[in-house]
Amino acid sequence: MADLRVGVDVGGTNTDAVVLDGSDRVIAKAKRPTSRDVTEGLRAALDAVLAWLDPYARKRIGRVMLGTTHATNAILERRDLGRVAVLRLGAPATTSVPPLSDWPGELREVVSAGEAVVPGGHYVDGREIGRLDLDAIRRFLDGTDADAVAVTGVFSPSSAGHELAVRELVQAEYGLPVSASHEIGSLGLLERENATVLNAALYRVAAQVTGALTATLAERGLDALPYLAQNDGTLMTVEQAARLPVSTIGSGPANSLRGAAFLSGVPDAIVADVGGTSTDLGVLAGGFPRESAAAVEIGGVLTNFRMPDILAIALGGGTVVRGRAVGPDSVGYRIAEEALVFGGRTPTLTDAAVAAGRLPDGPAGWADRLAASGADLAELRAALALADAAAAEAVDRMALGRAGRPLVVVGGGAFLLPADLPGVSRVIRPEHAEVANAVGAAIALASGRVDTIMPAHESRAEAIERVKEEAAARAVAAGADPAGVEIVDLLEVPLSYLAEPAVRVHVKAAGPLAR
Amino acid sequence: MRTGALAARRAIRTYGPVPLVRLAELPEDALIVPLSGIGAPTVSHEMIHGEDEPRRIAEEVERIFGRPPAAVMSSEIGGANGVAPVAWAAQLGLPLLDADGMGRAFPEVQMVSMYVAGLPADLVVMADVAGNVVTIRPVDGLWSERLARAVCVAAGSHALMADYVITAGRARGAVIEGTVTRALEIGRATEGAADPLEALRSELGAVRLITGKLTDVERRTSGGFVRGTATIEGTGGDRGRTLTLELQNENLVAVEDGRVRAMVPDLITVADTETAAAVQTEGLRYGQRVAVLAWPCDPLWRTPRGLETAGPRAFGHDLEYVPVEELETRHG
Repeated sequence: MADLRVGVDVGGTNTDAVVLDGSDRVIAKAKRPTSRDVTEGLRAALDAVLAWLDPYARKRIGRVMLGTTHATNAILERRDLGRVAVLRLGAPATTSVPPLSDWPGELREVVSAGEAVVPGGHYVDGREIGRLDLDAIRRFLDGTDADAVAVTGVFSPSSAGHELAVRELVQAEYGLPVSASHEIGSLGLLERENATVLNAALYRVAAQVTGALTATLAERGLDALPYLAQNDGTLMTVEQAARLPVSTIGSGPANSLRGAAFLSGVPDAIVADVGGTSTDLGVLAGGFPRESAAAVEIGGVLTNFRMPDILAIALGGGTVVRGRAVGPDSVGYRIAEEALVFGGRTPTLTDAAVAAGRLPDGPAGWADRLAASGADLAELRAALALADAAAAEAVDRMALGRAGRPLVVVGGGAFLLPADLPGVSRVIRPEHAEVANAVGAAIALASGRVDTIMPAHESRAEAIERVKEEAAARAVAAGADPAGVEIVDLLEVPLSYLAEPAVRVHVKAAGPLAR
Repeated sequence: MRTGALAARRAIRTYGPVPLVRLAELPEDALIVPLSGIGAPTVSHEMIHGEDEPRRIAEEVERIFGRPPAAVMSSEIGGANGVAPVAWAAQLGLPLLDADGMGRAFPEVQMVSMYVAGLPADLVVMADVAGNVVTIRPVDGLWSERLARAVCVAAGSHALMADYVITAGRARGAVIEGTVTRALEIGRATEGAADPLEALRSELGAVRLITGKLTDVERRTSGGFVRGTATIEGTGGDRGRTLTLELQNENLVAVEDGRVRAMVPDLITVADTETAAAVQTEGLRYGQRVAVLAWPCDPLWRTPRGLETAGPRAFGHDLEYVPVEELETRHG
């Protein structure tokens, strides 16, 4: 019987792990500090939850889901990045802004093995801008020394043929891995190209992560299938993660939102993840994170990734209180020495919450130590009222005028928020809220998405059906059970200034992992 | 916007800085080429301009007039067409004229100051990414719009266009001067300001119609344009008030309690309350915190021909034009 699942989430401060049984109950949980090399912290958190299980139970672990910051860290620290031959198909169009024009200089130096814009790509209506010039591509690749190739064709999300032809040529004649932009991003050439180049630069990191994960499982005698969490709160197989490592960036907030939905049993809610230095607010719609409309920057590079719409405010357990002023600075991980309730000398939001009678379960003696510190409790309570108002304002911003949904509070600082906030129906603090992100990884689905442009005439319904099928096929490729795949998101946006009415269609399909 | 800025930065690095000239500095017979991108915004973010289009237009202009152009002008200072001309001027090695054809943004080709000033709309030169050059000799501005749009669609819904190629002599009184300088001043005033929104309002001499949040955006496409209505509900001191905006790629009419607060051709801008960055109509989203600013357009648009071209009726709103400052006095 392989009915147990392990979820691991590597965050900036902590690495959390949980074990879920066949009925999705949390049967073990652990929190360990995130290590600099990430992998050590992962091993420690995994060992800590495994310690809860007897040898028989360990054999029942069928799957291990990992959400990790390996890729993000590699880009931010410019570490272990591969050199990429950057190829754009679109000349003579697009030459006014060559590839990587907006990249930070040192990142470009580390990553780029050369850039070229060659004939190819398509118009919005599917015609070729130019015939694909394979010889120009060979000449370019002959003159570069690259670990991988990134290819971006104009309008490839609607017409992928040229990118696929390039992949075939490069794999056959050069034996290099190829990132094709239509598999990575949506319309918006420069942002999609940026994400595609980052993806190609991350192949080595991807191999390290999947290698470390598989080795870690083998060392512990676990015969479990490994999966990686991606930016929209769904999973990829290790094989897919090896091809699309850039998709693992930003999985943390998505996991935390999905975990909050699961633990509270509420699919439509506002979620606040309260940490030591900040509170991240997001919105759940139908159990999935609402996505941001704004472009996402990774390591100084703009991409058009779909990321959860997150509003971060400077309210956390370690946020410093001065008189009645709150933050924005925090004592961070030094809270256990500095906060008044720990016998320290810096009034924090934790102290203000305790002064108002809001206490987490467990620790005793906080109220006594706060009283002994001689702090002005009335002043602390006044500061807390300001923090409550800031939280209410943030909730309102995320609510988009829709009142009456519950607020699910997760994270280590969940006790800071009041039991009642204007604009929400109720405040829910689910059990295991402090490891919601690891739970989110453990319960995640597999998904696939398609973003394209199509004419808005009568055959539109048929065309949308085809897009849905493509999205479902991609979900199955990511590991989903074909019988359980559903369309979870369908967005149509009318386009202006086109002769033929056209719509941009975005479809996402998701389903539980195949048995 | 960003693509235009990236192209401008690269062109300046490659070809050198672009001098800004005032109309008075140009000789009477100097040729001015007003340039703009024409097409669908979604397409322009995907199929970016090539580097050759400005040169091909300049060569065609020289072939027609027998002398090379002396300066590039932005047809439309608002939006992407305000920044990209810096790249085009750099690529051509020409100065940029401190003027434009709108003093704002408008969705249709004939809505330019040259048309309002009565200059004949008898020449359009277009260049597409494939290398085609199309010269149109329209009989008037409406035909100019119709034909240019058709060429644009055939070219993949994205092209570069020179419209009303004019001499400096004829440009006097027919272009809106000082708008590039004004754009730079707005940037300087708002960047790094403690309260960018107030800095913007004061720099523009604008009225703040409301500060609040977007609670509804309704869009529909008709005739190739995205039309719609946006609703902003007041917050803070404006709590309890509601402003609606009628849209057609631009903000056309602002209404509160059944009374018009501002209308086209006066300028109505939706700005982010924190950064003061303009929110374009395609970017309007539920829940955004915004202020709506309104300020007077160039006097040319308030002439009878100006209002006929780009007044409320030109956009299908049956309203008698009243200047924003007058509406403000009535509103109290």
